[in-house]
Amino acid sequence: MGKQMNVRAIENGTVIDHIPADCLFKIINILDLEHETHQILFGTNLESKRMGTKAIIKITDRYCADDEINRISIVAPMICVNTIKNFQVVEKRQVEVPTQVEGFVKCGNPRCITNHEKIKTRFLVQRDDVGDLKLRCVYCEKSTSQHEMVIIK
Amino acid sequence: MKKNLVSINDFSKEEILHILELAEEFEKDPNQRILLGRVVASLFFEPSTRTRLSFESAINRLGGRVIGFSDTANTSVSKGESFHDTIRTISNYSDLIVMRHSVEGAARYASEISPVPVVNAGDGANQHPSQTLLDLYSIRKTQGTLDGIHIMMVGDLKYGRTVHSLLEALSHFKTRFTFVAPKELEMPAEYKQHLDVRKIAYTETDRLDQYINDVDIVYMTRVQRERFLDLMEYEKVKNAYILKNAILAATKDNMRILHPLPRVNEIDTDVDTNPKAYYFNQTENGVYVRMAIISYLLGVKK
Ligand SMILES: [Zn+2]
Repeated sequence: MGKQMNVRAIENGTVIDHIPADCLFKIINILDLEHETHQILFGTNLESKRMGTKAIIKITDRYCADDEINRISIVAPMICVNTIKNFQVVEKRQVEVPTQVEGFVKCGNPRCITNHEKIKTRFLVQRDDVGDLKLRCVYCEKSTSQHEMVIIK
Repeated sequence: MKKNLVSINDFSKEEILHILELAEEFEKDPNQRILLGRVVASLFFEPSTRTRLSFESAINRLGGRVIGFSDTANTSVSKGESFHDTIRTISNYSDLIVMRHSVEGAARYASEISPVPVVNAGDGANQHPSQTLLDLYSIRKTQGTLDGIHIMMVGDLKYGRTVHSLLEALSHFKTRFTFVAPKELEMPAEYKQHLDVRKIAYTETDRLDQYINDVDIVYMTRVQRERFLDLMEYEKVKNAYILKNAILAATKDNMRILHPLPRVNEIDTDVDTNPKAYYFNQTENGVYVRMAIISYLLGVKK
């Protein structure tokens, strides 16, 4: 194997790799890992040839549902989700960016109705002129960019 | 299916043209009592006398009845009732809701919970689609067409919701745009991108007199002091975008000046008697356009 292991391998579970280092805590939030009882390993500010620095999450005995992965893709579209069985990668999942997002991102516009009444937020996923994801609020029609996204629990 | 008018983008190009044709019909014959026996709720959570009277005049001309409020004092809203409950209740009393609210997205939310059509009469800095339709009506009426006209938008192009909605609506019609604004208030990138995608030409300048002789429509907006972070900048530009008779001398004969009103000082009063000043006629057109919107949404005019 030659390569140095930055974070110990797991026997069974999920490895989320190629997370931009500054997105790690958002993803912890989206997956609600704070309340996870399985063993979790985190690594961040790891060297990455492709990305400069990256973060990685390894969760023992837990497998991610498609909609969980789609949620993560909103904040980090480049991530790679591996399913591990018996120390082997048995499945590599490509994330798919959904066209609509409901309920887990806050609208960045303080004058938006979703920040005044009890309403589930709803956005259309769009790309800006440099190709970054942005969310267009169905209600106030303002866009929230990727780096402004605040995750609602 | 129930149809609403919350955002100008809710209407296709064909629907926009249909509304303008209906409005033309109402202008020729304003007293068509086709809303007899219908009740329209006029809910102004945020006061706006001009817009409210224009809508209520339209409803009255159609023979409909109006219920509602012009501000939220002495209503259940001031007693803490949720917006949701207010809309649910009032939609049971009426056949259509016209509403204005200071919170952005309020009308879209109302349209989701109300079984009757909702017309947005302004939601904060977001949308005011009946204004956009009356601007289009005024442009078409004065130019004979919407296709291929050259419009110059002047003033606050960054925050002005009327110019953004008008730009989106006009982009159906091969319009040419010239944007005149100080650096701080120039047209945001997302709207220029919207034009780029549709291969629509636009020019930008910070000088009012540079292209004024080439255009068919001058659309004026207010430059508001509170929009500037740096008040020194405001002082520098505040008088640069005031339209005076003197610079209109060599403009095209068909050119007309529009303004969503109210104005402060951005159009000098010496322009008011110029035959190219059209901003007061615009308000009259607003009634016909609102008659068209309401009767279209209620299905009483095909
Ligand atoms: Zn919003």
